[in-house]
Amino acid sequence: MSQYRIQGNTGEWEVVIGLEVHAQITSESKLFSGSSTGFGAEPNSHVSLVDAAMPGMLPVPNRECLRQAVRTGMAINAQINRWSRFDRKNYFYADLPQGYQISQLYHPIVGEGAIEVTLNEKDPDSPTKKIGIERIHVEQDAGKLMHDQHPTMSFVDLNRSGVALMEIVSRPDISSPQEAGAYLKKLRSILRYVGSCDGNMEQGSMRADVNVSVRKPGGELGTRTETKNVNSIRFMMQAIEYEAQRQVDLIESGGAVVQETRLFDPNRQETRSMRSKEDAHDYRYFPDPDLLPVELDDAFLEECRASLPELPDAKRARYEAMGLTAYNAAVLTAEAETAFWFEDLLAEGVDAKQGSNWLMSELFGALNKMGKTLDESPVNPKQAAELLSLVADGTISGSIAKQVFEIMLETAAQGNMMGAAAIVEEKGLKQTSDTGAIEAEIAKIMAANEDKVAEYRSGKDKLFGFFVGQTMKAMQGKANPQIINDLLKKALG
Amino acid sequence: MTDFSRLGVAAIRDGVAKGEFKAVEVAEALNARVSAAKALNAFIVETPEKAIEAAQAVDADRAAGKPLGKMAGVPIGMKDLFCTEGVQTTAASHILEGFVPTYESTVSANLWKAGAGMLGKLNMDQFAMGSSNETSYFGNVISPWRRNDGSTAALAPGGSSGGSSSAIAARLCPAATGTDTGGSIRQPAAFVGISGIKPTYGRCSRWGVVAFASSLDQAGPMARDVRDCAIMLEAMAGFDPKDSTSLDLPVPAWEAGLNSDLKGKRIGIPKEYRLDGIDEDIAKMWDNGIAWLKDAGAEIVDISLPHTKYALPAYYIIAPAEASSNLARYDGVRFGLRDLPEGAGLQDMYAATRAAGFGEEVRRRIMIGTYVLSAGFYDAYYTQAQKVRALIARDFENAWASCDLILAPTAPSAAFGLGEKNADPLSMYLNDVFAVPASLAGLPAMSVPGGLSKEGLPLGLQVIGKALDEQAVLNAGLAIEQRSGFTAEAGEWW
Repeated sequence: MSQYRIQGNTGEWEVVIGLEVHAQITSESKLFSGSSTGFGAEPNSHVSLVDAAMPGMLPVPNRECLRQAVRTGMAINAQINRWSRFDRKNYFYADLPQGYQISQLYHPIVGEGAIEVTLNEKDPDSPTKKIGIERIHVEQDAGKLMHDQHPTMSFVDLNRSGVALMEIVSRPDISSPQEAGAYLKKLRSILRYVGSCDGNMEQGSMRADVNVSVRKPGGELGTRTETKNVNSIRFMMQAIEYEAQRQVDLIESGGAVVQETRLFDPNRQETRSMRSKEDAHDYRYFPDPDLLPVELDDAFLEECRASLPELPDAKRARYEAMGLTAYNAAVLTAEAETAFWFEDLLAEGVDAKQGSNWLMSELFGALNKMGKTLDESPVNPKQAAELLSLVADGTISGSIAKQVFEIMLETAAQGNMMGAAAIVEEKGLKQTSDTGAIEAEIAKIMAANEDKVAEYRSGKDKLFGFFVGQTMKAMQGKANPQIINDLLKKALG
Repeated sequence: MTDFSRLGVAAIRDGVAKGEFKAVEVAEALNARVSAAKALNAFIVETPEKAIEAAQAVDADRAAGKPLGKMAGVPIGMKDLFCTEGVQTTAASHILEGFVPTYESTVSANLWKAGAGMLGKLNMDQFAMGSSNETSYFGNVISPWRRNDGSTAALAPGGSSGGSSSAIAARLCPAATGTDTGGSIRQPAAFVGISGIKPTYGRCSRWGVVAFASSLDQAGPMARDVRDCAIMLEAMAGFDPKDSTSLDLPVPAWEAGLNSDLKGKRIGIPKEYRLDGIDEDIAKMWDNGIAWLKDAGAEIVDISLPHTKYALPAYYIIAPAEASSNLARYDGVRFGLRDLPEGAGLQDMYAATRAAGFGEEVRRRIMIGTYVLSAGFYDAYYTQAQKVRALIARDFENAWASCDLILAPTAPSAAFGLGEKNADPLSMYLNDVFAVPASLAGLPAMSVPGGLSKEGLPLGLQVIGKALDEQAVLNAGLAIEQRSGFTAEAGEWW
């Protein structure tokens, strides 16, 4: 899709990237216990006996977490494995009370799938590329260590311990930081559509391990490094850029890339070695004997499929078919949040074209100015629909609508938003179709601008806009623009 | 006055129900016997107040005319592998010394609900790893039995449920819980002349039981006769949603179903269990057992379980592999022992804590388990052992085509002296040679007394049944019990 190349002293280098994305599954309780998954609670307040790995405690799988993984798999057209199994990944660390993570190495619940990404999803002509997904498996998250609570000790918070994650493993099909960014964005969008992960990278609900290697174009694969736990799309792109360049410099100066785990430092925008392959753990994976294999029946799979929402690509095609521009359709469907807002607007009876134009210019503009996201919009779809219906039925003009919207936002900021109809009523903003009043104003304007009338009549068509503006101004914006047009054309001849 | 130490589970339950005596009288009598038998070292913790409390509740229920449970008024011993709320639970290890659970295991909770009371927590092999009770951090249990040559040599009560076997044989309690991973109920029962059954894997919940090898661990009752085992198993078993491997099936009425008429039953005699150099006493007892079952109406058939010789090696790969992972949680962070040397970091603390907290045998099995799961060895050991396990299970499946039950010895010898085998782990492991196949296949298996050795020590006969057919196993056990005339008891020397 993109021809990303690093210029080295020995020629061009190609970058090969694979991503392992850890996405926290949206669920009330943890993967194997009834503890809450709520974010931001007091440390160690969401910890059951199972999460703390007390003696004799046993895991019981949470069906909802498996359901979400299956739905996610279906959304990327992946193979769903009717038979899967949990394995133990053994290692000692203070954030891992059991001494092992329950994961799926040998038999993941979701197999091969793919997603189609576009470098710039807002550009309908941007080329697309299929990125393969090797597998999705379900596993437990670990707890969190806190090193700043005590001069000599580290504290452990087990609230996250046992929370369900999906690990979504891509094929090494990605060949530039931009593609990696587009892939992660698209993946996040799909997860949000499906509702299987909130995609909130700041809160850690989604993070990526980034595998990077470099090679001469078309050559043998190079040794890869894995940069762990990158928690923003921007950081991930920076990490790839840095890491690829580092590898090229290293090889060209006669060194060799070591297979190792690295960390990205966002402050210095560089990756640093964490541990090399030599001291990599031997995880001693084996099937968890506390758990039976996961077997999915037809009814379960059918329910998963039936509960899937319309996904971004399908929605986008449908919007285009409804007459929206390719650009509008792309922007409205790129994020689930936007698409769901727009759907709500349509459900209120708003015309698709009118609604999409207003959403993308007026609402986005206003939110942008306020520094707010769509989720934080002071105006909800129902209130917006009220405003747009006043335009649609000719009660107010588009330009008056802008004023009304501004008043809505102002009153909202003051804590008590006035509805569009109430504002129009109170401020007397209803547009007039009184042809007599408009004709009177037109006559006055033509008399005051005889020279321009003459110019217009001698062929300077562009001046028509001038007369429309003057008339609208004289009518204080409340005249029906269509009627102004008609009357002006008649008067100017 | 009734000697309550001579009453079994059924006799105590029925006597209390009929009002012949009070549950509290029984509890007091047995509390006194427990506290007078410290020489046996069968208990790690004594809980006389728990026994009294439970008995008082039963007496009060009876006085109020309320229905009584299956084990009402019966004081029992609880193997220290079961977590008991408010009572120290150690799995006989140093690493869990002082650990007091805030929760009650499902099996023990079921027993308390059925009206049983707790005399104390029973000593055992550390983390249930051992066949002689010599791996306990709290000192080995001593069998009440002695050889008939006048020697006072201390004998092993078997393991790992050796506190349970010793306490029952010494009549400190009528019954006790055991757990069986590769023979830990059956072998100690055989060593002291009592009965014990390991039910089908999944019958008893593992929730709240300190894990040794999850795919093999199964709780079961130990008592002085078959009926008592049936009663107690009914109280212990049942589906538990907190254990994913628990069987979602109703608990049969095993006591009511007891019937020693074996007409129409075919008993398989596996030729592979007749090892070269089999102990003469064991061979004779086995032959007697065959004759008794024939007498009870059963048909005897020769069968083959061709993969038997691979069972023990496979077991000593699978069980340590699971144990090495199950025991990772004992790390000094959240509970139990913590050894934090001056200036030590996290990894140092793990190493120090685990070195100090685990006994030699536990460390050995963690090492074996870690090794067989390691990269490069996994397929050669763990995968191979799992294949063997499947073949063992298939051997039994094939055998069921020609028989309904299998009769074999429980252990290859009578009880040995303490200290005799602990220098050689392999000879110790061989104790489980007849017990392990049924564990690997998850089948119900029971040991009942089959006679005495030349030295006057008890020997056990093992009955193995089809999955879920505990009833047939118990019935065959009962038929043996009715014909063996086993009445021998250990002398009260302590």
